Amino acid sequence: MYNFDVEMPSTIADAVTALARDEAQPLSGGQTLIPTLKARLAAPSVLVSLHGIAEMKGVSAQDGTVTIGGATTHATVAGEVADAYPALASLAGRIGDPAVRNRGTIGGSVANNDPSACYPAGVLASNGTVVTNTREIAADDYFLGMFETALEEGEIVTAVKFKIPEAAHYEKHLQPASRFPLVAVFVAKFADGVRVAVTGASENGVFRWTEAETALSADFSVEAVAGLKADGSSMISDLHGSGAYRAHLVGVMTKRAVAAINA
Amino acid sequence: MPKDSGIGASSKRREDIRFLTGEGNYTDDINVNGQAYVYFLRSDIAHGTLDSVDTSAAEGMEGVVRIFTGADFEAVGSVPCGWQITDKHGEPMQEPRHPVLAHGKVRHVGEPIAAVVAETLEQARDAAEAIEVEISELPAVVNMKDAVKADAPKVHDDLTSNLCYDWGFVEENKGAVDQAFKEAAHVTTLELVNNRLVANPMEPRVAVGDYSRGTGDYTLFTTSQNPHVIRLLMGAFVLGIPEHKLRVVAPDVGGGFGTKIFHYQEEAFVTFAAKACNRAVKWTSSRSEAFMSDAHGRDHVTKIELALDAEHNFTALRTDTYANMGAYLSTFAPSVPTWLHGTLMAGNYKTPLIYVNVKAVFTNTVPVDAYRGAGRPEATYQLERLVDKAAHELGVDPIKLRRQNFIMEFPYATPVAVEYDTGDYVATMDKLEEMADIGGFAARRKASEAKGKLRGFGVNCYIEACGIAPSNLVGQLGARAGLFESCTVRVNATGGLVVMTGSHSHGQGHETSFSQVVADMIGIPEDMVEVVHGDTANTPMGMGTYGSRSLAVGGSAMVRATEKIIAKAKKIASHLLEASEGDVELKDGAFTVAGTDKSVAWGDVTLAAYVPHNYPLEEIEPGLEETAFYDPSNFTYPSGAYACEVELDPETGQVTIERFSAADDFGNIVNPMIVTGQVHGGLAQGIGQALLENCAYDSDGQLLSASYMDYAMPRATDVPFYDVDHSCQTPCTHNPLGVKGCGEAGAIGSPPAVVNAVLDAMRSGGSTVDHIDMPVSPHRVWEAMNGSGV
Ligand SMILES: Cc1cc2nc3c(=O)[nH]c(=O)nc-3n(C[C@H](O)[C@H](O)[C@H](O)COP(=O)(O)OP(=O)(O)OC[C@H]3O[C@@H](n4cnc5c(N)ncnc54)[C@H](O)[C@@H]3O)c2cc1C
Repeated sequence: MYNFDVEMPSTIADAVTALARDEAQPLSGGQTLIPTLKARLAAPSVLVSLHGIAEMKGVSAQDGTVTIGGATTHATVAGEVADAYPALASLAGRIGDPAVRNRGTIGGSVANNDPSACYPAGVLASNGTVVTNTREIAADDYFLGMFETALEEGEIVTAVKFKIPEAAHYEKHLQPASRFPLVAVFVAKFADGVRVAVTGASENGVFRWTEAETALSADFSVEAVAGLKADGSSMISDLHGSGAYRAHLVGVMTKRAVAAINA
Repeated sequence: MPKDSGIGASSKRREDIRFLTGEGNYTDDINVNGQAYVYFLRSDIAHGTLDSVDTSAAEGMEGVVRIFTGADFEAVGSVPCGWQITDKHGEPMQEPRHPVLAHGKVRHVGEPIAAVVAETLEQARDAAEAIEVEISELPAVVNMKDAVKADAPKVHDDLTSNLCYDWGFVEENKGAVDQAFKEAAHVTTLELVNNRLVANPMEPRVAVGDYSRGTGDYTLFTTSQNPHVIRLLMGAFVLGIPEHKLRVVAPDVGGGFGTKIFHYQEEAFVTFAAKACNRAVKWTSSRSEAFMSDAHGRDHVTKIELALDAEHNFTALRTDTYANMGAYLSTFAPSVPTWLHGTLMAGNYKTPLIYVNVKAVFTNTVPVDAYRGAGRPEATYQLERLVDKAAHELGVDPIKLRRQNFIMEFPYATPVAVEYDTGDYVATMDKLEEMADIGGFAARRKASEAKGKLRGFGVNCYIEACGIAPSNLVGQLGARAGLFESCTVRVNATGGLVVMTGSHSHGQGHETSFSQVVADMIGIPEDMVEVVHGDTANTPMGMGTYGSRSLAVGGSAMVRATEKIIAKAKKIASHLLEASEGDVELKDGAFTVAGTDKSVAWGDVTLAAYVPHNYPLEEIEPGLEETAFYDPSNFTYPSGAYACEVELDPETGQVTIERFSAADDFGNIVNPMIVTGQVHGGLAQGIGQALLENCAYDSDGQLLSASYMDYAMPRATDVPFYDVDHSCQTPCTHNPLGVKGCGEAGAIGSPPAVVNAVLDAMRSGGSTVDHIDMPVSPHRVWEAMNGSGV
């Protein structure tokens, strides 16, 4: 680790001010950032901890929308969203291990936008909105590619809003070493159509599988997607699976998510 | 009735109190006054000419004590190899120089190029970043078969090729073996890979070097399985320090699995630097460094063939193996694919003719050496996969084919130069069949199929060879060390004993099981016995712990020393009892004159030894302390039969282990609970190899699985509740305890059962694939069942 200063603001406004310092970076749960610092792969001069900002913590459900503060841990979401949006709570409750879930936050996860992260699939499938200190960004406009988002320098994810679907399910196949998703699919069934978001698979990060969405919006059944094949051409190929295997798993995970909803 | 103490009792592991409460004393817990820290700058290039290492910008940086490069070690010895193999033409293996810090060339990613000693580790790292290294990259040699081609780039320019040795075993048998294949009714052939593994002990390696100008004494604290071996190798061959001026301490060690047997250059560095800097120097490996500097395991590519007659008797076996040595020869590397592998190729079967060929190859990868099982898992895996394949080709039951070919009479001399003293392979197989509930399998398969899953059953047998010995034989085979073990038993005046053993415990529970043996022999409570190990200053010269040798060899030395103690104590007792020695017997901690109630307690005898007022001084010396060195006359041969049942998801390729049964014959058992624990740990590692673990390099020699993000370790959820039995016992005939060794069995015996079960499941789903390489990952299973195309 290189040396850095730490700021501990207690309001979003103070955090924004602190982030204006040269080479400042937000620190939330630190589950991604701290290992990066330990490996000397990042050298911020100031870390602005979001941990003490009360207005960025907590969960509320109202008018068909769940709003989660950006500094809310996965464990809190797993517990407190269970009634309002069980599929989302289940996603949060299966991230990493207890230590990770008790530190890692939703803001950190969507800001980082790891191509294998769980939350991006949930946000995108739920037609969610990423709320920052300056604006609200629709999920469809927010996730731009592997580790890329619409966030500007110094912009903070203060909350994430999810539309609550009629039914939803998150199905994941684990990468054997990291236990992140190798491929995971979030299927959300809304009155006006179905959204299917895929993580872990694509070189461009989380994406919507529109063919499946169209098929499922017309006929929400396993049979509707059974014959569909995801395009394997831009899928990640690595030690743990070829692009073809990942493309295949996209289909399997989608089918299983639909089956779980219909069960 | 299970005993509650002594031999045969499941005494709780006394060492766990300190391990589980954070009171262990590991090498990283040791801090020497005024110590500095070293950070190694390691090569990120697999193969290249080291054009320059410019430390000038780094020298003056804050906190820097001194920076070392390869040039500082030119006058220092090469990191030695402890075993010389003679090839099939009678020539010695090719043995390259292994510098402490890279000099002239870098040969694998992770090889240390420079070492920065500084006041703090962070300062050392900062300075290391300021070192300018220029390397002209050369093509990397990664694939073993490419490495031995005539035009391959050479890892070591001064060797004739990348071939370390080409070993034939037994070379004289080759003609007869080839002839038997010509006459065979059936030949089964299998090509397979034994995947490279990273041991990943929970505690990474650590070394602290210290030097006293006042006395000229060196001390090395290190994470080692064998401190005396390190003292000898490093002292005599690398740094030229006589053993009486060098103390090596291996305190609590958090897992070794083989990878902490070897002498590593970091140990030599901190010892050398301690004198050069006149400060203690500490190195603690990070997990990332461990991946690229701890010796790796396995990494064989094999073609194996079995010849059978018309009645399905095995008539001959032939193997052709490429064994990866990595870039340098680690301490015992050359012995692993030869004497620890070729000698095991008979397995549990009476195959009369066997020929083993092994080509050991240098590549631009981390050195490969012994890892839990060392050579024996490689032998077992290929043989037991092959026998299974033969059974399917012939349409016979795999268990029946095995039983038909079992060795039935002991002692049995194999055609690969070893003699099995005892065993009962029918008994362990009978036990296994009962444990595995083979009768219920069909119903369990049906239940799986109802869920859309496939279910498979696989078995294998294994034979192990533990306690490699005797020394005069291994010397002929190329070992540059003896393979005895030592023990000093010191009895204190008040009757307690200190057992100072040359064995080393790094998870095995010796402090408990060794105490049980001595307490049992004397008839005193276990807590009157203390076991001391791991420090060359207070233990006799010993060879350490590996190859499941501790109880069989170290325990035997302990028994011999304790027998000497008892013999002398009896002399003292007979003097005190005024009886003739022949009439005095030791029972339950007291010496009694046979047939009388005249007796003297153990404690009175030991007190007399140190307060010899009423003592036969003209006959025996005062005191009660004895040492024994034990050199076994043969290996021990544990054996067993394992069964695995898997469920396979045909859509994802995911395999889960539903049942695992292990029937082992370890001879006599001192502590059944510890033995069960050893089997559990071994099974987890074997299942890890079979399903998950894979150390992978790309064609440039970059390590792809360089962290836990990509190297899959088995976790609790990956392994089932094991069914383990060790009630089949054919005691070893040549050691005093009749014990055989149990440390590696689980890791040796489990991979073939897992893979055989996976293939059985795949077949039940209509697959015609007859082999799949480890790790049997979901991706590989899916590809095997569906082809790799989009
Ligand atoms: C062992 C392990 C297993 C894991 N398994 C999974 C898994 O299965 N699935 C999964 O999805 N994730 C997994 N993770 C990642 C985990 O969910 C992290 O919590 C998450 O990726 C980052 O959240 P964080 O709060 O820790 O962010 P940090 O590490 O603190 O920050 C991550 C990045 O986001 C930035 N950042 C943080 N908060 C904000 C904000 N509010 N606004 C703007 N930028 C911000 C930081 O500057 C940094 O660049 C795992 C992590 C570990 C260590």
